[in-house]
Amino acid sequence: MSTAQTTTYERPPTQDLPARPVGAWHLTALHFRYQFLETVRIPIAVIATTLFPALSLLFFVIPQSELASDPVIASAAAAQLSVFAIMSVCLFNFGVAIAEDRATPWDPYLRTLPAGPGPRFTGRLLNGLTFAAMGLVPLLILAASLTEATLPVARIVPALLAWVATGLPFLGIGLAIGYRLSSKAALAVANVLLLPMAFAGGLLLPPELFPGWLEIASRFLPSRAGRDLLVGTVTGESIPLVAVVVLLGWSVLAVGLAVLAYRRDEGQRFR
Amino acid sequence: MTSQTHDQDSEPPLARVLAVRRTYGDVVALDDVSLDLGRGELLGLLGPNGAGKSTLIGLLCGQRKPSSGRVEIFGGDPRSASSRTRLGMTPQETGLPPTLKVAEVLSFVAAHYPDPIAPGPLLERFGLSAKAGNQTGSLSGGQKRRLALALALVGRPELILLDEPTTGLDVEARRDVWSAIADYHADGGTVVLSSHNMSEVEELARRVVVIDRGRIVADDDVAAIRTHVATRRVSFRTAQPPDLPGVERLNTEGDRHELFTSDSDAVVRDLVASGAAFSDLEVASASLEEAFVALTHQERAA
Repeated sequence: MSTAQTTTYERPPTQDLPARPVGAWHLTALHFRYQFLETVRIPIAVIATTLFPALSLLFFVIPQSELASDPVIASAAAAQLSVFAIMSVCLFNFGVAIAEDRATPWDPYLRTLPAGPGPRFTGRLLNGLTFAAMGLVPLLILAASLTEATLPVARIVPALLAWVATGLPFLGIGLAIGYRLSSKAALAVANVLLLPMAFAGGLLLPPELFPGWLEIASRFLPSRAGRDLLVGTVTGESIPLVAVVVLLGWSVLAVGLAVLAYRRDEGQRFR
Repeated sequence: MTSQTHDQDSEPPLARVLAVRRTYGDVVALDDVSLDLGRGELLGLLGPNGAGKSTLIGLLCGQRKPSSGRVEIFGGDPRSASSRTRLGMTPQETGLPPTLKVAEVLSFVAAHYPDPIAPGPLLERFGLSAKAGNQTGSLSGGQKRRLALALALVGRPELILLDEPTTGLDVEARRDVWSAIADYHADGGTVVLSSHNMSEVEELARRVVVIDRGRIVADDDVAAIRTHVATRRVSFRTAQPPDLPGVERLNTEGDRHELFTSDSDAVVRDLVASGAAFSDLEVASASLEEAFVALTHQERAA
């Protein structure tokens, strides 16, 4: 530290002009970039969210040739696991990460910078979407190269849209957990939700193998509804109407809960 | 805001707090607080824990809004982002994102401002150049605090708000932070500094605002606060101190007693007249800290 270097803080001669705030898009890109950096430096978070779906395919589908060699079954298996990928990203990258952020003083500090909450929130959504996509890519590569799974060119865009749509209820649930619960509770709830929801939704085992009662009950879960929507879109088989209705219902409910939790949190920390 | 045109000739205050009341449920954190902060001031905000210092800083930086009354910085509402382009603030040292590197955190915060200082010279100024590539989680407490101060300054702010900037630092690290604050102020910057460390405020501040239980109990320059209370400390050893009139407060440690009073002459006369056996008599003017304690006690007695 030297005391001679006082010129560091001198303002430029333009100080009387009104300072123009940095633009919103620029700030959103900035927040996205740094949140991505923060997340990607925690290896376990990267491995858990990006590799688990691909590894599941590698261990449970690919060795069973009767599954891997059937185009419809293999495509459905890949579709199920890609729903799992987006679900786990929503529960952890939103639910747990937001709850942890709220517990640190860094988050309220950022609110004192010349930016509203918008860029940080949008950056967070982009970050989650990026991680979900990072989980999807190795899964799709394995499915395409080691199984008979196929996705005709005409179905690529509908499948991507369906995939994002299956994420909507989990995005809401993740945000509601993140803004409503403490970081410890958020971690517990995310873990408690993830595997039962994945299993009962037919993301790990296809619902055709379920006992009758579970097959019926499962249809009311967002994971099952998302799975049915995506499997139908990918394989070209018919999509049950109930899946669309259930998915929409859960989306509205979960996003509503997220908005309530966000408002409550704002009210407690920034009012 | 509604009326920005009326004070074109006289420079408006950089920050203004007007009849602000802030409650959390039933708890009154600030009660009818008013304060004008002019350009170039270095204001020390003193008060015990829970007095309302952090709430006041939270209002000035836009994290909180007043329950009633008005807060302005640079003539606008601190809750709108555009009012904060000339404001700098330190995060708490525990709040730095542990996986980001020092230079990254600095660049990230800098990118929020229209005309930031280049990170290189700033890191150099704070002795952090060698740590630029380290994750903030690996920094010592003093290094984190210097980085926090660099974050407050990186946007070339005209006003910085520092909430307890040196709590928990050793003497040398504290000196470093103090000299950086003094340099910034010498270059024309305006500072609000909250502290419960009196020597910090005596060292840096020109103006002191004492807050106790949500109210401003004093607002004056450092010397005036001390003489305003005119507190003297009379200390001596004795087994059992006599009951003396005019004593505002008594500290006892073993057989050593410290009496705080505004009239030390009368207290000493009464002490001698009481016939008590005492030794090691000392009379001194109270430090700002003692003056401040006496001040908040007076307020509570009233």
